[in-house]
Amino acid sequence: MGAAAAPRSKPRRAVWAVAGEKFLELVIRLCGISAIVFVLSIFYFVFAKAAPLLFSDGFSVGEFLFSTKWYPTSEVNVRYGVFALIVGTFSVTVLAMLIAVPFGLGAAIYISEFCGPKLKETLKITIELLAAIPSVVWGFIGLTVMNQVIVKITGAPVGLNVLNGGLILALMSVPIIVSIGEDALKAVPDSYREAATALGATRWQMVYKVLLPAAKTGLLAAVLLGVARAVGETMAVLMATGHAVHIPHSVLDSVRTLTATIAAELGETQENSPHYRVLFLIGVLLFTITFVINLAADMIVRGIRKR
Amino acid sequence: MQSSAARFTETPLIRKKKFRESVAKWVFFAMTIAMIIPLLLIVGFLIVKAIPSLSLDFLLDPPMRNMRAGGIWPAFVGTVYLVMISLAVAAPIGVLAAVYLNEYAKDNWFNRLINLAVINLAGVPSIVHALFGLGAFVLAAGIGKSVLAASLTLAVMTLPVIIASTREALASVPMTFREACWNVGATRWQTIRAVVLPNSISGILTGVILQVSRAAGETAPIMFTGALFFKAVQRGTIFPYSLDEQCMALSMHLYVIATQVHGVPESMTYATAVVLLATVLLVNATAILVRMYMRSRKKW
Repeated sequence: MGAAAAPRSKPRRAVWAVAGEKFLELVIRLCGISAIVFVLSIFYFVFAKAAPLLFSDGFSVGEFLFSTKWYPTSEVNVRYGVFALIVGTFSVTVLAMLIAVPFGLGAAIYISEFCGPKLKETLKITIELLAAIPSVVWGFIGLTVMNQVIVKITGAPVGLNVLNGGLILALMSVPIIVSIGEDALKAVPDSYREAATALGATRWQMVYKVLLPAAKTGLLAAVLLGVARAVGETMAVLMATGHAVHIPHSVLDSVRTLTATIAAELGETQENSPHYRVLFLIGVLLFTITFVINLAADMIVRGIRKR
Repeated sequence: MQSSAARFTETPLIRKKKFRESVAKWVFFAMTIAMIIPLLLIVGFLIVKAIPSLSLDFLLDPPMRNMRAGGIWPAFVGTVYLVMISLAVAAPIGVLAAVYLNEYAKDNWFNRLINLAVINLAGVPSIVHALFGLGAFVLAAGIGKSVLAASLTLAVMTLPVIIASTREALASVPMTFREACWNVGATRWQTIRAVVLPNSISGILTGVILQVSRAAGETAPIMFTGALFFKAVQRGTIFPYSLDEQCMALSMHLYVIATQVHGVPESMTYATAVVLLATVLLVNATAILVRMYMRSRKKW
């Protein structure tokens, strides 16, 4: 037994296995940063098409943003003022939120606090299916069902207007408000609920006095994401709001939104014409608006997690 | 002097409290139901209106007489094409990105930036994705308006869906599983392959299915990158398109016959809407079933 054991080398994996694994990890890292690459390249490619117009002589950003004169195809007096379109987007979004926020938060509270586990599961699945309905189907519903209903009830000559778009967008953004809002309520520690119940509070008192204050930032984030969804929605508003570029005076006026303008006009423009470029500029504007809203929502959610 | 029993009878204050409680409960219940009932009515209405046109022939026939008769076959196949190709691109990238974010990434500024990018990618309006697809794939990359360009646009757009649900699935695998595997000498990748991925496969599958449903329903991103109004295709042809051609798609077809073509029989537009809706909801229901099955089988 004297012979000293030869120094045993550590068992090694084959060189190719190690190299293969290194390569795979590299691929994984690349995929990881792909999201950044895509966001940057979305901005780059859209901005690149808009830039020649933006920096050309005779184009003023002030006029683009604050003029209501949108005459992109006029032969003598071409004007690219998107103010009426911004107001169109704004009016539809505000109306949608006036409906969707109370209903969405109410449903989130009911699902999170008031109903039993069976009903909760059923409602959550229903909401999830609601969120899956394609926007073109929503647009179709606006064009056919909602249109007739609005004409019948209000007596307006056409039912494709702010009210129609607002209702459709409200139904579309409710699911996102419900699911994020429910997450926010779920994130409130159970000890809060126990303390409130121990003090003799009813469920409603607990919701009103304890949960809502505790979850208010999360609920705000839910609302913001609903707003982002409504601002960015294209097909539904294209089909449901009518096609009138002007400042609406009532909810029964037709409007045109930023998104619908791109969808309606891009197909008919000459490539690289000023009209074509101004549509990309509207794209940059939309990207910026939704970016800011999403950033705000994310910072709010992150703030909650840190606490 | 009050008897002890009297102290526990309902005072007006308690009655008021209980009354408010039940009012609140019913109001919130009404709010929840208020968005579900109208929707069920609307869907029911769509189906009733669609019934005269709904048949197997409607699905298998191509549109005829300038889309005023016939069926939706080329549009249906086109949607399947777009979904499959976008899935083939988005699924590997999305799953690996989620693996990176959940298994490799440390909590530093760079990875927070990636998170932010994923969130923003999900929030970019679909029409801006369309502009991106047009600028990047159709023009800059020189692919031209085609099935490929449209699928790539859809892939970028639906990437966050896959990333989000894969991450959730990976995060639900307990840390102890990984630690056990590392302790027997496995490397990070071996652990992922042998322990993490097998234990989260149903969650990943759910994400993939949700991506399919999302891609099938989108219209705006494909409008300017590869979908066209009409292409003559024989009844029931399975491979009518090649990658560099434009194709029809169900969502685009619904938009076209509902707004651009006049004189389409009413029941045909409703039937197209119902087929699109049914396709998307069936796919989503599959995702929900997979998730429920996964939960019932969870080992930890």
